[in-house]
Amino acid sequence: MATTNSRSLARLMLIPSVSLLLIWMLVPLCMTLYFSFLDYNLLSPGTEEFIGFLNYEFFLTDPAFFASFFNTLLLVGGVLIITLGGGIGLAILLDQAIWGRNYVRIMVLAPFFVMPTVSALVWKNMLMNPVNGLFAHFANWIGVAPVDFFAQIPLLSIIIIVSWQWLPFAALILLTAIQSLDREQLEAADLDGAGPISKFVYIVLPHLSRAITAVILIETIFLLSIFAEILVTTSGGPGYESTNITYLIYTQSLLQFDVGGGSAGGIVAVIIANIVAIFLMRLIGKNLEG
Amino acid sequence: MALNNSNRSKLIYTFLAWTISGLIFFPILWTLLTSFKTEAEAISSSPSLFMFDWTLENYQDVLARSPYFSHFWNSIVISVGSSLLGLLIAIPAAWSMAFVQTKRTKNLLMWMLSTKMLPPVGVLIPIYLLFRDFGLLDTKLGLVIVMTLINLPIMVWMLYTYFREIPNEILEASRMDGANITEEIFHVLLPIALPGIASTLLLNVILAWNEAFWTLILTAANAAPLTAFIASYSSPEGLFYAKLSAASAMAIVPILILGWFSQKQLVRGLSFGAVK
Repeated sequence: MATTNSRSLARLMLIPSVSLLLIWMLVPLCMTLYFSFLDYNLLSPGTEEFIGFLNYEFFLTDPAFFASFFNTLLLVGGVLIITLGGGIGLAILLDQAIWGRNYVRIMVLAPFFVMPTVSALVWKNMLMNPVNGLFAHFANWIGVAPVDFFAQIPLLSIIIIVSWQWLPFAALILLTAIQSLDREQLEAADLDGAGPISKFVYIVLPHLSRAITAVILIETIFLLSIFAEILVTTSGGPGYESTNITYLIYTQSLLQFDVGGGSAGGIVAVIIANIVAIFLMRLIGKNLEG
Repeated sequence: MALNNSNRSKLIYTFLAWTISGLIFFPILWTLLTSFKTEAEAISSSPSLFMFDWTLENYQDVLARSPYFSHFWNSIVISVGSSLLGLLIAIPAAWSMAFVQTKRTKNLLMWMLSTKMLPPVGVLIPIYLLFRDFGLLDTKLGLVIVMTLINLPIMVWMLYTYFREIPNEILEASRMDGANITEEIFHVLLPIALPGIASTLLLNVILAWNEAFWTLILTAANAAPLTAFIASYSSPEGLFYAKLSAASAMAIVPILILGWFSQKQLVRGLSFGAVK
């Protein structure tokens, strides 16, 4: 099969990407780790001092950390639940015989291609604005008080915006998976007198497991570092109500210039992401390369 | 009777599907429509869907009063540049892993994917400081480098899944005919894999076009692509709905069209081959 010649060539061709990724991971990560033990302000360079674990102590005991930690979980979990639930429903609906399916598909897919800053601004100003937004007009029209989305339910508002962006992705992947389902299995189940619910639970859902895994994996990667949507809508506020870990570290390091504290936060974020990663990698290791 | 019944359910499903997809698409439709309204109509308390005086003045305003084209150009350079550079690095790696499999190949692939799990904030400060020291802040080159690196694992994975589907026999046959490795790659492999390579390129252009974390942090006026430029409309003095809509429309429509044309290939790429 593979000759020694092609094997050494293969190794050679792996070098650029492996070394680049290794450098990309290791160099900045080691620097972050190093900074995290320093008292280091961006505005007064040259006055760095080794302070041990003090940055971590401050970061981990800061109420802002707990708030943003839970917000991160809520954001990732909420969007995953909405997009997976909605995605499965949409996939089943679009799998039915309908007129103009291609146009429906195109409309459903569209939000995925909208850049995060645009979608955040459009939702913030034109839909969710308490005075000029379309939702406010609608509320006035049916005679209830308009909701001030980003003041009253900031995190939920962001979850709604982000779910809108990621629902197409889930729906599209799941639709493709449903379309590869063996119809004869369903017909056989029909003959055996299975109802729609048991058909869904015993045939459709297991068939979708690989697709669901892929959706969870990819969405989690992107959702853990939601940033632009928060920056343009609430800037993390009011208070820390819509701050996630990514945004907290950004404010600490680049707005408050606390490089040491921000770095400690960065390391904490890496550790959290790794815990999630180990869990997810197990999941895909089983499911993806079958 | 049976025909009637299935026709009725088709009607119901069609109605449901159009309603729901219409609601999902609505924010985009609304943005497009608002971009043709005057500012007064855009904030009117009784907004109208189609019956308004259509105007192009928002587009003219955005193009005339802001360096829109230079931001547009930045977006193109950064997304296309990083995708091409990424392909150049990713194709050899994907080739190696797909055709010269070893025990470590799977671990290597998993490791590459795991670099995607590294949260950007974990390396935010060093990258910012390194960029500052090397003069890469607010330059297109800097963003091309970052975008290439963050999308490299996805490119390698996508190409790998496409290459894996090429039967080894084809390559072996060409080897039997005396083709050397370069000929094998350029005359046999690449032509077969072209659709896969094209969709990898496309998906990465889309991802890079829309990437916002690094563009917001590493650019200011000069190298800011559209993602960062649009964010400047979030300031209170930028609150002009019609102009915001026009700028947004120009930023999303090209990529929307590109995405629609390639949706079938994108599914496979996006799910790393888990769904076909």
